[in-house]
Amino acid sequence: MFDAPKTNTKLVEVRDLKMHFPIHTGLFRRHTGDVKAVDGVSFDIYEGETLGLVGESGCGKSTCGRAVLRLYDITDGSIMIDGDEIGDTPQAKLRGKRPTMQMVFQDPQASLNPRMTVQAIIQEPLDEHTSLSKEEKREKVLALMDQVGLNRKFAGRYPHAFSGGQRQRIGIARALALNPKFIVCDEPIAALDVSIQAQVVNLLEDLQQEYGLTYLFISHDLSMVRHIATRVAVMYLGKIVELAPREALYAAPLHPYTKALLSAVPEPDPDLHDTMDRTILTGDVPSPANPPKGCNFCTRCPAVMDICHQQDPEYREVLPGQFVACHHYNDITDANAIRAASEAQ
Amino acid sequence: MPDGAQPVLDVRDLKTVFKVRGGEVHAVNNVSFDLKPGELLGVVGESGSGKSVTMMSLLGLLPTPPADVQNGSVTFQGQDLLKVNPETLRSVRGGKIGFVFQDPMTSLNPVYNVGMQIMEPLRKHMGLSKSAARTRAKELLELVGIPDAERRLKDYPHQFSGGMRQRVMIAIALACDPQVLIADEPTTALDVTIQAQILELMKDLQDRLGMAVIWITHDLGVVAGIADRVLVMYGGQIVEQAPTRELFKNPQHPYTRALLKTVPSVRGQREDRLAIIEGQPPILGAQPTACPFRDRCDVAFDRCARENPARFIVGPAHDAACFYDANTGAPRDV
Repeated sequence: MFDAPKTNTKLVEVRDLKMHFPIHTGLFRRHTGDVKAVDGVSFDIYEGETLGLVGESGCGKSTCGRAVLRLYDITDGSIMIDGDEIGDTPQAKLRGKRPTMQMVFQDPQASLNPRMTVQAIIQEPLDEHTSLSKEEKREKVLALMDQVGLNRKFAGRYPHAFSGGQRQRIGIARALALNPKFIVCDEPIAALDVSIQAQVVNLLEDLQQEYGLTYLFISHDLSMVRHIATRVAVMYLGKIVELAPREALYAAPLHPYTKALLSAVPEPDPDLHDTMDRTILTGDVPSPANPPKGCNFCTRCPAVMDICHQQDPEYREVLPGQFVACHHYNDITDANAIRAASEAQ
Repeated sequence: MPDGAQPVLDVRDLKTVFKVRGGEVHAVNNVSFDLKPGELLGVVGESGSGKSVTMMSLLGLLPTPPADVQNGSVTFQGQDLLKVNPETLRSVRGGKIGFVFQDPMTSLNPVYNVGMQIMEPLRKHMGLSKSAARTRAKELLELVGIPDAERRLKDYPHQFSGGMRQRVMIAIALACDPQVLIADEPTTALDVTIQAQILELMKDLQDRLGMAVIWITHDLGVVAGIADRVLVMYGGQIVEQAPTRELFKNPQHPYTRALLKTVPSVRGQREDRLAIIEGQPPILGAQPTACPFRDRCDVAFDRCARENPARFIVGPAHDAACFYDANTGAPRDV
């Protein structure tokens, strides 16, 4: 039901985004290398949709989300949000742009100031960016609390008095305060219990429908992403390896990593467990400071070929809306041939 | 309990209370269960449901105060672990019962190499010489699938990745051929592809070594894949107990049913809207005199507020602590 309002207007366009963190070593702190946390990532987010960004820890998904909002000064690439290029805008000038793009953080414990009341926390963006009167601000905060399902009576309390799920609601209310168009949700449910996760996800979906919000939903939980996302991008070692509409990605993944990742998710059904065909990857993710030559996944790929050790595969659209970076799909344009190549692995 | 086999571990009426400033927390309330030889018992529950505290209480691992194991018995090899002297308990811990903790980063000592840490229980509990312990340590690292074991014995924990560290933890827990292995959320801190590796390893080790395992987790998917039998905990109590297949096919407690519905799947039918359990888990300030789930339950009735339900037998080897009979759709006649 949340797929309906999808339009064809691009709200966010990211091209070749790179975020490298320098490594300094030795007595003189010489620059000896870079952690390539995000290394050439391109994607679009359409108005009103939710783009899920999944991957394992260390793959650069959170860095990517933060870089898109320019919480870092990016190494290279361009970011268009709502028609404005913000990739190279100085931080001071970004301030005026901030109200349209907000963020919900992973850890509601760490992202709320323990010395501020809920009222003050939710009001802070209003203080910074609007010229509302005290009374108007107070009204707005209470209205926001209603929207996210917090009791108005608790506006004077401090974050420690709330449970994890409620704290996440405070974080969401704060992100909503300035009527943003685009919200980056960085693992908003990872710190919550299963029964509370569903509450927060349903809230995010309700708010999206009511205000036409656009989300970049970053998560390592593939089943939750399948629930909330319209399209899904899979990251591995700083690069997007596959990006596809939700149904296509979960039903017929193309990239060997996506296949392995999906098959590794334990299924809450004992019968399926016995019949399932599982690919268990060996080894660990290489260090982003020293990625392998060729395809980043070549050290763990079950379908690796010679060319994978030599050349980085091109990230391209192989089926309508379905992007993949894998040599198995080189020079194939026909849909049937692609399915055959996918099954051949 | 059915099956006849003598349990390796038998826990009766365990009760653990934390004395904290401004009151008490009744973390574990009258928990009873047993563990059969060679069985993999899954324990599921949300944070605060008492699953970890239960297992720590068994082995006296909780600092006292604030914790106080007030009642119960834990029978292991004919002795009550809650009553034995500290000396005996120490030989059980790490020797006959192994423990794998959730976070492999904080539970390994960063200033000793992993060889030392695997050799420690071997020398202490089995009285091996240094060289014999080293040989055994190498075998153990190979057993848990760490390549180049000889060299890696000299490495320190920070030189291992998260999945490898958890393998080291498992090697330490297995060092003295324990009869029981208690694993407290051993894969929660790991990525899914690494989790899949560790789950395969555990299944394989259990087949080969034949020990009984208690596997604590909050992930129903993990339980479905590896457990023979499952305990569901809520509010410091066991609310349902059943063989794994039975539990997933025929959940009887309203909490278990709700929990199964709130977890989305990557393979099955996609729901447009997630089912939710309204409200929050209870705060366990006192000995519960009513069902801990009643405020969030959709079939609660007046009796639930007056009495705390006992665990009723609802099927073969299956019990649930609920006054409501899900099969007849009416209150239980007891």
